[in-house]
Amino acid sequence: MNKGLKTNRRDFLKIAATAGGGLLIGFNWSSCDSPKMKVVSEEEIMNSALGFNSYLSISPTDHVVIYSPNPELGQNIKTSFPMIVAEELDVDWSKVRVKQAFLDTEKYDRQVTGGSGAMPHSWERLRKAGATARQMLLQAAANRLGVPVADLRTENGHVIHGSEKLTYGDLANDAALVPVPEEVTLKNRKDFKIIGTPIKNVDNRAMFTGQPLYGLDFYREGMVHAMIQRPPFGMKIKSVDAAAAKEVKGVKDVVTFKDNVAIIGESTWPLMKAKKRLKIQYEPIDGQLESSEFHNRIFDEMLNTGKGEVKREDGNVNAAFRSAAKVIKSEYQCPFLSHSPMEPMNFFAHVKADGVELIGPTQTPDRARNAAAEICGFSPDKVTVEMTRLGGGFGRRLRADFVEEAVELSKMLKAPVKLTWSREDDLTGGAYRPAVKYRFEAALDSDNNLIGYKLRGVGINAGNCTRENNFPSGSVDNLLVESLEYKSPITTNAWRAPITNFLAFAEQSFLDEVAEAAGKDPVALRLELLDRAKKNPVGEIHYDVDRMRTVVETAAEKSGWGKKSGVSQGFSVYFSHRSYVAQVAEARMVNGAPKLDKIYAVTDCGIVVNPTGADQQVRGGMVDGMGHAMYTNMTFTDGIADQKNFDTYRLIKMNEIPEIETHFIDNGIDPTGLGEPALPPTGGAIANAIYKASGKRVRNQPFMEQEEMKNVNLGDPA
Amino acid sequence: MANYKLQINGTNYEVDVEEDTPLLWVLRDNLGLVGTKYSCGVAQCGACTVHVNGDAVRSCVLPVSAVKEDKITTIEGLSENGDHPVQQAWEEVDVAQCGYCQAGQIMTAAALLKKNPSPSDEEIITGMNANICRCGTYHRIKEAVKLASAKTK
Repeated sequence: MNKGLKTNRRDFLKIAATAGGGLLIGFNWSSCDSPKMKVVSEEEIMNSALGFNSYLSISPTDHVVIYSPNPELGQNIKTSFPMIVAEELDVDWSKVRVKQAFLDTEKYDRQVTGGSGAMPHSWERLRKAGATARQMLLQAAANRLGVPVADLRTENGHVIHGSEKLTYGDLANDAALVPVPEEVTLKNRKDFKIIGTPIKNVDNRAMFTGQPLYGLDFYREGMVHAMIQRPPFGMKIKSVDAAAAKEVKGVKDVVTFKDNVAIIGESTWPLMKAKKRLKIQYEPIDGQLESSEFHNRIFDEMLNTGKGEVKREDGNVNAAFRSAAKVIKSEYQCPFLSHSPMEPMNFFAHVKADGVELIGPTQTPDRARNAAAEICGFSPDKVTVEMTRLGGGFGRRLRADFVEEAVELSKMLKAPVKLTWSREDDLTGGAYRPAVKYRFEAALDSDNNLIGYKLRGVGINAGNCTRENNFPSGSVDNLLVESLEYKSPITTNAWRAPITNFLAFAEQSFLDEVAEAAGKDPVALRLELLDRAKKNPVGEIHYDVDRMRTVVETAAEKSGWGKKSGVSQGFSVYFSHRSYVAQVAEARMVNGAPKLDKIYAVTDCGIVVNPTGADQQVRGGMVDGMGHAMYTNMTFTDGIADQKNFDTYRLIKMNEIPEIETHFIDNGIDPTGLGEPALPPTGGAIANAIYKASGKRVRNQPFMEQEEMKNVNLGDPA
Repeated sequence: MANYKLQINGTNYEVDVEEDTPLLWVLRDNLGLVGTKYSCGVAQCGACTVHVNGDAVRSCVLPVSAVKEDKITTIEGLSENGDHPVQQAWEEVDVAQCGYCQAGQIMTAAALLKKNPSPSDEEIITGMNANICRCGTYHRIKEAVKLASAKTK
């Protein structure tokens, strides 16, 4: 058994009141209780459940209500978190009911969906939540039976003493009164019954029968609907003529705030119609309006002459390049991208005299609360935030801009407001993945050893567009990483696997170029560098060399690297968000053009909590990485995105995905997140496979719009 | 404004809306049937797919005035107990990530299988290809359509 662990008092505040019911109840569809048993209504379970700690309540009906504190946007946390609590509680999963917790900074830490950080942050505290309640149930049973706790054990929602079995439901009332133990014992991994088994999404039934779950599904009697026309980037309103818009039936009002023109009405459609009838004249705030050609020019100017911020410098790079037998130099560029979750931005806000009620899809409910508090001049405790399920996020919902808009309107109109963004609003409304251009240079000595490495990147509102301590840092004697930033009025934001979503592609493609120049196999080059980083590391290393080596070797083995004929393989490996993923893409030439057949992925995220969810995250990340590397472009003309809906903003479709085979490393290390890490390596693996098959090296995204890929259709491998 | 009589999921409804209002917004804003989703509004993603006399149709571009006597089925009415073979298959394969597009995917798959109960891989791709899933659940959608097909045999 693991050693006793001290519980965190803040997390285990006992809940005095019983947990109330709620609309957002997920439950286990496929394993509903047998019809022969007494039917217990979901309402009865929720209303009778007794609070044990922030994460769980137990009902005398024998059911366990587990609260999932983090916003659910498809990363499956609403299923995997409760699995961990249920495991340590030692309860039958069919008795578990899952409820989305609302924002409560007293009960929970880090109610955020971002950075693939929830699992590493909460793993231990979720286990302790379950184990603490289990300990209290054992104590209650010991008290009742007059035997020591040591003579008791638990199994599937029962406390067992010899042939005597007490249900958790029977013990719930007594156990809730037992003092909360200071120390608890956690299960050994070999005793896990739920963790490591494929548990299906707790919201499946609600999603597949069309129940209200998402922010856009929220309606309340008496609320008004709102839509907003926002200004192009770098412009402000000169004049507004809303007369024609106001004539649309169902439109109640048109109001202007902060260069936004908002249309208010009784339902959504009139707002969409009226928005098209607005006549707004804009004028530049200052300077010129930005277009894509301008950005291209900025990239080249800054790469050539800009003063970079040195993020990392090892050895003497100039000397290494002077002494080099061979120098390889390449540039890689990517466009802005919209997050484009399928559910457009929206939020419900009701500003009242004494507080604010917020309901909707957000990745950062605390930021939403603070933003509302500031706008209204309330303290944050006067603001409540209920998180609905999110129809995707990809980082877009880390911002609170859409919440602020709903709050401003509710405050102004003195009414409950549901703000809806159209798809066009979403694509032109900003907070994009920043556009970036990189220049890589490598120096080889006469024995083809990598003796020098330079990365210089320019990002538009990208902050640090490098990850200076990532591989291959630590494996090269002379290394220089520099970042430059151009400040633009076009807004940017974290986009799934921020920075690395493109940097990994560029770096892993460039390493392929280095391998070729050195006459080395791409996998062998990476292993050689990792060997160097292990035996004789240069400077700080922020990745685990052994874990990275294991995914590299396993991916080579699973894909039959270098052993297949008639198929061209491309390799890529990346460490991000604490997890390691290596990928091998396979392409072959069909009628003179490369076609993508398959991608292998080997992931080390430590313990796999839920295999079905983990496979989904890896697959989804790869399809996302592939789609945006290959197809999706976003260009600008005078401060407005040219692609305004899915007819021109090109997302990947079913006929374009290759077969994907996923593997996970079983090493028993505490789990890390999976929402992002599988995305970064995919573009590189694909580009390297395309190169091997066709001799065409694509360095800019999206691939399919580059000169090298003219007349090529990578999809439809059949 | 005009009065429209609609037959949706076997129930008769009457709504008073403008004639150009897309069926999508009548379902969502007027009738509380929110399972049919808004995502693009220009028939490019399939999130709003419903059945009109059994055919998969994009409700975001179907004006309510064009519906007339047609029988509409939404995700809420696909089956009485949520146990249509396609819904069962979606659960068994555990298809969803964010889930927002899945009602549209299910409606498209159900209409496809009604016309072609045993689609080939290629026919599945052709039939499902116009439905976008931003989370990239396409592999499992394909698998679930095959499973639903096996269930209906």
